[in-house]
Amino acid sequence: MAGSSLVTMQNITKAYPGVLANDAVHFDIGHGEIHALLGENGAGKSTLVKVLYGLLQPDSGSVTWQGQAVKLSSPSVARSLGIAMVFQHFSLFESLTVVENIAMGMAVPATDNLRKRIIEVSNRYGLPLEPNRDVFTLSVGERQRIEIIRCLLQNPKLLIMDEPTSVLTPQEVQDLFVTLKRLASEGVSILYISHKLDEIRELCDAATILRGGKNVATANPKEESAQSLAALMIGEDIQPAIRTNQVKLGEPLLALNQLTITSKSVQNMSLRDINLKVHAGEIVGIAGVAGNGQDELLSAIAGETRSSGEMIWLKGEFVSYWSVGSRRQAGLCAVPEERLGHAAVPSMSLSENAFLTGFHRQKLRTAGLVSAGRCKKAANAVIDEFDVQCHGPHSAASSLSGGNLQKFVVGREILQAPDVLVVSQPTWGVDAGAAAAIHKALQGLAKNGAAVLVISQDLDELIAITDRIGALCAGRLSKLYATTDVDAQQVGQLMGGTHSLEVVA
Amino acid sequence: MSDPSTSVLIALTVITAATPLVFAAIGELITERSGVLNLGVEGMMLVGAVSSFLCVHVYGSAPLALLVGMAGGMVMALLFGFLTLSLQASQVATGLALTIFGTGLSALVGQSLIGVAYGGLPKLHIPVLSELPTVGPLLFQHDVLVYASWLLIPAVSIFLKRSRAGLVLRAVGDSHDSAHALGYRVIRVRYFATLFGGACSGLAGAYLSMAYAPMWVENMTAGRGWIALALVVFAVWQPGWVLFGAYLFGGITILQLHGQGIGINVPSQLMSMLPYVTTIIVLVLISLNQGRVRRNAPAAIGQAFHPTT
Amino acid sequence: MIHLQRRANPSKLMGYLAPFIALLLTLAAGFFLFLMLGVPVGEAFRAYFIDPISDSYGLAELGVKAAPLIMIAVALSLGFRAGVWNIGAEGQFILGGICGGAVALYFYEVEAAYVLPLMCLAGIAGGMLWAAIPALLRTTVNANEILTSLMLTYVAALLLSFLVHGPLRDPDGFNFPESRLFHDAALLPSVVQGTRLHIGALVAIFITVMAWVLLSRTLLGFALRVNGTAPRAAKHAGFGQAGLVWFSLLFTGAVAGLAGLFEVAGPIGQLNSTISPGYGFTAIIVAFLGRLHPVGVFFAGLVMALSYLGGESAQITLNMPLAVTGVFQGMLLFFLLAADVLINYRIVLGRERVA
Repeated sequence: MAGSSLVTMQNITKAYPGVLANDAVHFDIGHGEIHALLGENGAGKSTLVKVLYGLLQPDSGSVTWQGQAVKLSSPSVARSLGIAMVFQHFSLFESLTVVENIAMGMAVPATDNLRKRIIEVSNRYGLPLEPNRDVFTLSVGERQRIEIIRCLLQNPKLLIMDEPTSVLTPQEVQDLFVTLKRLASEGVSILYISHKLDEIRELCDAATILRGGKNVATANPKEESAQSLAALMIGEDIQPAIRTNQVKLGEPLLALNQLTITSKSVQNMSLRDINLKVHAGEIVGIAGVAGNGQDELLSAIAGETRSSGEMIWLKGEFVSYWSVGSRRQAGLCAVPEERLGHAAVPSMSLSENAFLTGFHRQKLRTAGLVSAGRCKKAANAVIDEFDVQCHGPHSAASSLSGGNLQKFVVGREILQAPDVLVVSQPTWGVDAGAAAAIHKALQGLAKNGAAVLVISQDLDELIAITDRIGALCAGRLSKLYATTDVDAQQVGQLMGGTHSLEVVA
Repeated sequence: MSDPSTSVLIALTVITAATPLVFAAIGELITERSGVLNLGVEGMMLVGAVSSFLCVHVYGSAPLALLVGMAGGMVMALLFGFLTLSLQASQVATGLALTIFGTGLSALVGQSLIGVAYGGLPKLHIPVLSELPTVGPLLFQHDVLVYASWLLIPAVSIFLKRSRAGLVLRAVGDSHDSAHALGYRVIRVRYFATLFGGACSGLAGAYLSMAYAPMWVENMTAGRGWIALALVVFAVWQPGWVLFGAYLFGGITILQLHGQGIGINVPSQLMSMLPYVTTIIVLVLISLNQGRVRRNAPAAIGQAFHPTT
Repeated sequence: MIHLQRRANPSKLMGYLAPFIALLLTLAAGFFLFLMLGVPVGEAFRAYFIDPISDSYGLAELGVKAAPLIMIAVALSLGFRAGVWNIGAEGQFILGGICGGAVALYFYEVEAAYVLPLMCLAGIAGGMLWAAIPALLRTTVNANEILTSLMLTYVAALLLSFLVHGPLRDPDGFNFPESRLFHDAALLPSVVQGTRLHIGALVAIFITVMAWVLLSRTLLGFALRVNGTAPRAAKHAGFGQAGLVWFSLLFTGAVAGLAGLFEVAGPIGQLNSTISPGYGFTAIIVAFLGRLHPVGVFFAGLVMALSYLGGESAQITLNMPLAVTGVFQGMLLFFLLAADVLINYRIVLGRERVA
């Protein structure tokens, strides 16, 4: 399948203040090859790809395209060569239609002709899409199709896909792989960026592995095991969290009864008839593709949106009408998905961010006045306990890396010793070592008798640490199953909207 | 009121009152559609008004004066753009500064112009059509800026809906990150949109001092820049509704002037409150339908953009 | 080429330096402005910055002008910190003057100790009433408070004009648009004998200290700061936004109303159609110039008060238009906003590396 080289990047070096993002990296893709770029968050994958797409100029190094040295000074230069890219965070415009979005991406007018071509390509590759729909009405999977069709319309020679499956259900992933393999068989090269080892072993012909901005290996993923690839990617042995088998369930601490919240705006998903009990000592996982009601569920439980009647029950009392503060005082803490701006105030110090949610449960004030000393102590406790890399409690939250800030906001809640903890995407964008630490902390909390609810898009994570699992789809929650009784495929069905597995099985 | 020529006269005054609002609001609409909130409309209008009036007083050329008025607004907009787009200053604070500065600067420059007389912009009678009864004086006997304001609305509407540049403008206002990722020059697009807004505000001011008044009075915009800002919200960022809203407000302004004439016996100060009170009522009414406002508001409005990656 | 590079942490040093850089740049620009106007630069600067405060009377006048500016700007800065853009303090100031003044005129012939406190209460109530309208509209229908509070300023000015032309006009005043002069019992006593310095100066100091403690040490102040920079985080922490909006607006309304009453019961001594030389708007500049920090605002208020006095003195001695003051104030704010870029970015000379 793979032919001679399509593109070769040599000695690419790119430095940011304080970080060497790419250090003399090289790699090479053949015609019709599906090539994986594998690495942890922060390994330099994104930087390398942005150089290849003309979004960043390297400090040094060269790019050769079909044997010719080229200077990729802008994305339009890259596009004119035949390089197309599907971004991890889609470059879409919510208020524009599908056809307008594609016109933006291709630098052509939004004409009827373009509309026809979209329908052609979408039929040919099995990517159903209506050109005149407004983007804000589309699901995540449909949005990704816009990006893929936009790329395909340019008849690319090289298609770059940045973490394309992180937002898809397992079934959607399979559909995507069919499309990609078909493209490769037609001679299109694909650069596939991911940290999911099984996918790479299934799909890719070759893999370049980056770690800390450097090449560490080039391998044939079909000949490697997931363990050997992981070892190359991570470079050290990280002990993954091990599920403590079949905990003895305690009393229920949190219960949702027919929780229904009707959304007032198009951006938010309505929640419908959600029933759930979380017991002392267990971790319950909620899977689902982003945008299916995860944020709304967390807001409803934490009290950021109020519900009515007897929908939310906490430790013996109905708390639907309670404020965030009262719920926290009663022992319910929450960590929202968005770290900067929601879980933490970017411009404020870690001390102040410790006060942000801590003052409800910890004594951080003296005689009604905020005590800087106590806040500092609270922040230091989190920093020490969770190994947060920073310049100390006075550092601004925005100055921390994503993973360290995540450790801080999760740690901040855990150290408040909540009886119920709800946490969304606990390890999103976090490196493997930090992820393992967060997982262990969550397990420790449950072991000490807390009820833990984890909302995550990362199925592997949920299967690794939860005791029971279900999935959110379009604002409805599926039945819950003991995690040991189901596999990823079955959870995938739940994520796709199947309410209970018995019917299908 | 039964005399048709009286109603035509009143309609004509409505047109003159609405025209500056059309210009200022349509300029701000384009600026906001690109994701920039420029609260300095009032200041840009005042500078446009004083610079055009100064020009026509010194050189006597009305066309040149209109260009100078536009340029005055654009220089102010450029200042705003430099601070907010290049230096990342807060758009709200900078807009307020622009108004305060524009008020002071225009008063300073206009010191010598107080009491200076000017005959007003010449009326252009469209051949044949202007001879028609009623319709002729109503639609075809105006100065150039009135015609321009009528043409501007469909032009902006077509630009936004049909042209590629309009598409890029809307896209930048929707998500500057996406536009940047696709390789569009976000800052450059926003500079153009801001400058267009400045030119329109400058013309709106020029209309006030050269056609509406026509003379220079300190602070003569009397809040029209702020009303134009409210009009953009009222119009849910759609050009057609700007025209409707501007004429509605024009009518209210005229009601205040002619109130006594048509038998409403209320002190003039209370009648003068009408446009401001109406603005508040209109804002409330439009805000009641939050879904509609949110669907149409440019998503990136007011947010600073700095290309870091 | 010059380009901006984001700092990892905002620079504290630049936060303090920026206002001074802005002041220097404004002076430099003023130099050229005077040159262009054909005014002798040395004399102009002396008339502006030295003459007004060269004697104790001048210093007291500085206090008279600074007091309302500081009071309003400190209150505004609390709201601005919380992301509540009340720019209608001018209207709230006028309403305070109207309501307090109306009480004084009602007790026109009464000489009693309760008159002045009653006027103060009325002034506070008037300012709060005017600020409550944008607060109500923002919290119920989410109407933009910038536009509503500003529109209400025009309404307030027209209301004042109506009142002094009509119901509150001095019956023996030959139809001049002004009220009777207030009774002595309705006038603020002077704090320093022989000057016009009134109790407002002490109130300004008190409000500054109070706001400082509130902002830096209390839960309410923390909530205001969080709401301004990260509204979702405020929600996450359980700070109700509606409450913060109400507090910000009502507090500013109360303070601006009181300042308005002080102005009519102090230096003016009656109601007329021009009771404010734009204090409500200038206070916005003062708030920004003072870094939205009460102590900074205090000093910024003194600087800005000097610009008013300087404008008046330059008008008298050099026959310069009063509008120069507005130009100076606008420029100062511009330069400050430009200098602020140094807090979060450093300026790097050389090739731009970011595409």
